[in-house]
Amino acid sequence: MSGRLAWRGGEPADLTILGGRVVDPRENLDSVLDIHLRGGTIAEISEPGSTAPAGDAFDAGGMLVMPAFTDPHVHLRTPGQEGKETIATGTAAGAVGGYSQLIAMPNTSPAIDGPDILRGILARAAEEAVIPTGQMGAITLALKGDALTEMDLMREAGAAGLTDDGMPVANAGVLRKALRYQSLVGLTIALHEEDTSLSLGAPMNEGEVSARLGLRGQTGLAESTMIARDCAIAEAEGARIHVQHVSDSRSIDAIRLAKERGLAVTAEASPHPLLLTEGACSTLDTRTKMNPPLRFEHDRLALIAALADGTIDCVATDHAPHSLDEKEQPFEDAPFGVTGLETSFAALYQELVGEDKLQLRTLVERMTSGCIPFGIPEPRLQVGRNAEIAVFDPTCSWVAGQGGWASRSANSAFAGWRFGGRIALTIAGGVKVHTLERSGDRS
Amino acid sequence: MEHLISINDLGRAGIERILDRADEFGGVAAREVQKVPALRGRLVVNLFYEASTRTTSSFELAAKRLSADVITVRSEGSSVEKGESLKDTIATLDAYDPAVIVMRHPRAGSAALATRWTDAAVVNAGDGAHAHPTQALLDTQTLRTHLGSLEGCSIWIVGDIAHSRVARSTAAAFTLMGARVTLCGPPTLVPPMIDNALGCTVTHDLAGLGEADVVYALRMQHERMRGGDVPSLREYSARFRVGLERMRPGQVLMHPGPVNRGVEVTGAAVDSAASLIPRQVSAGVAVRMAVLYELVAGAERAHPAGGEVAA
Repeated sequence: MSGRLAWRGGEPADLTILGGRVVDPRENLDSVLDIHLRGGTIAEISEPGSTAPAGDAFDAGGMLVMPAFTDPHVHLRTPGQEGKETIATGTAAGAVGGYSQLIAMPNTSPAIDGPDILRGILARAAEEAVIPTGQMGAITLALKGDALTEMDLMREAGAAGLTDDGMPVANAGVLRKALRYQSLVGLTIALHEEDTSLSLGAPMNEGEVSARLGLRGQTGLAESTMIARDCAIAEAEGARIHVQHVSDSRSIDAIRLAKERGLAVTAEASPHPLLLTEGACSTLDTRTKMNPPLRFEHDRLALIAALADGTIDCVATDHAPHSLDEKEQPFEDAPFGVTGLETSFAALYQELVGEDKLQLRTLVERMTSGCIPFGIPEPRLQVGRNAEIAVFDPTCSWVAGQGGWASRSANSAFAGWRFGGRIALTIAGGVKVHTLERSGDRS
Repeated sequence: MEHLISINDLGRAGIERILDRADEFGGVAAREVQKVPALRGRLVVNLFYEASTRTTSSFELAAKRLSADVITVRSEGSSVEKGESLKDTIATLDAYDPAVIVMRHPRAGSAALATRWTDAAVVNAGDGAHAHPTQALLDTQTLRTHLGSLEGCSIWIVGDIAHSRVARSTAAAFTLMGARVTLCGPPTLVPPMIDNALGCTVTHDLAGLGEADVVYALRMQHERMRGGDVPSLREYSARFRVGLERMRPGQVLMHPGPVNRGVEVTGAAVDSAASLIPRQVSAGVAVRMAVLYELVAGAERAHPAGGEVAA
């Protein structure tokens, strides 16, 4: 299955990661250990100092050593909008953030809605991608919500799954057809849940901030009613769906109910709605404009609880790069979306684990589960496996965006935030893809 | 004060300072030569992305009475329509070294954004449904002159609250001056949570209107209505039109204009002695003179044109 991820590869690492706190809840690991990599494979996980390192050594004393992260929802803007991001820069941003797997959305220009263009993108990823990268295909042609794409030919071409992300499948009849046809294809269908007759394309949440500023607002009902509708159709058709970027507390209720009824539904949440509310939009900073929009504090708390109890299966950044020119406009005119790959773990670790709102082991699980809904195995710290490892230095303080970004775009909602820790080393596919230069920024 | 973007930039003391100055400037219109030299040699640019005869002319007259040079740029037929960004338009105008840019724009936050790209003082003459601070100042001036004080007074703002920058700015100004503000309109034209957002009371029933000292009717903006927020103007008027039959003696009527007679307010009420509408218009010039003066001369008292304002 992981053949569906393409990347440029590299020289397999011979490396020992010494004395870090190794945390992998799936392997029941949480103690100080050495990890020995030989030829890119995890050769041994041993008590500190018990085996002499062969090859290079990385001193991980005081650091967290985790399975690398997986993100099922990123926008690499290729083809057509390479001024915002390329496969090379977007995947480099992933490496900086501790990721070893990304899945890219097909709402490009033109959309990735057929087997030929999909094959072309995967071929490009095989040349450019710094870490293994999958590509979703569209559910409907040109994301128009009418005619189904050649879903099965896209599967054959290597699609990770299917989605019209950026647009809902508004027509219930079309969605039902797609979900029925899915039984032939087998790919998971990921859904951007938005009833546009309720959201009206409004630039922020409908609440106190929009009332004060005189902006139109999107009610959370635009999301929750659509999720309820789609869960009902998926249940009736025995389909497998993944709910993208959940933001509203009533959406969580709908997903929880569907899971209790045994539906094959998974769901993701992004760092932004987990850490920010509509209050962040008060100054009309366009780096807080995203779809779905930042909502109320009670939604944020419900989202954290759902991440903790597993109703939300995974963290997805919805990394959505946009150029400065586009974001330097009045709030209503600026495009939706913020970047996220380079800050996600540092932000969630500090604000959720650091504030005792989430256990570290739970955060590690949610950060590494993103590809599971698409049938791609999650990274594990297991002897014999190709190494996929993220090392986090919790004492390396930094200011997000200071010194630039690996992404081609700078539209981060966390720009200017000071984080107490930072990803120090990333291994993807057995290759060292990121090492933090420690130019005196270790506090 | 560097810019005037929203009424909250001023606070009560700032509002009173500007209105006191407007009282002084109010005498200028009565003189044979209706000018003072305060802004002589300085440039005021009116940048209007939406047509508004009364606001443009009021600002033009205010600037001219302060002896400023004035140019007015309208979006129709300009580079704006050719797709020029706000940033580039502001940067171009900034090259003329204006002292003030007065800006009307259909998007909330655009005036605040413009301050990033110019050294001029920016006056928000309306940004989307967000704010229209000089309207709020002239309304406050009108009431202050008529009532003496707004302290403890009850003001009902009636109509299309959702799409009204006037409602947001006047509610903020009236509240800062000590009045109690009630917002009244159909649920589809009053945004959820606006009571918390503005510190006002919300009602959907005009029956309690007798409680008000001041009735402020808003224009029913058909051009802004999306998706049928009310079934018909006839039904709207049946429930929410302000008329003498719904007002009690002693109440006064205000309206930001232009009036749709018979829709949000009856012609009889507009023409009645209760109406302060003509006074609102005449207060506009003096208040805008005071705003321009505050931003230019007030900010740099050493400037040769400053200091000798007294009318």
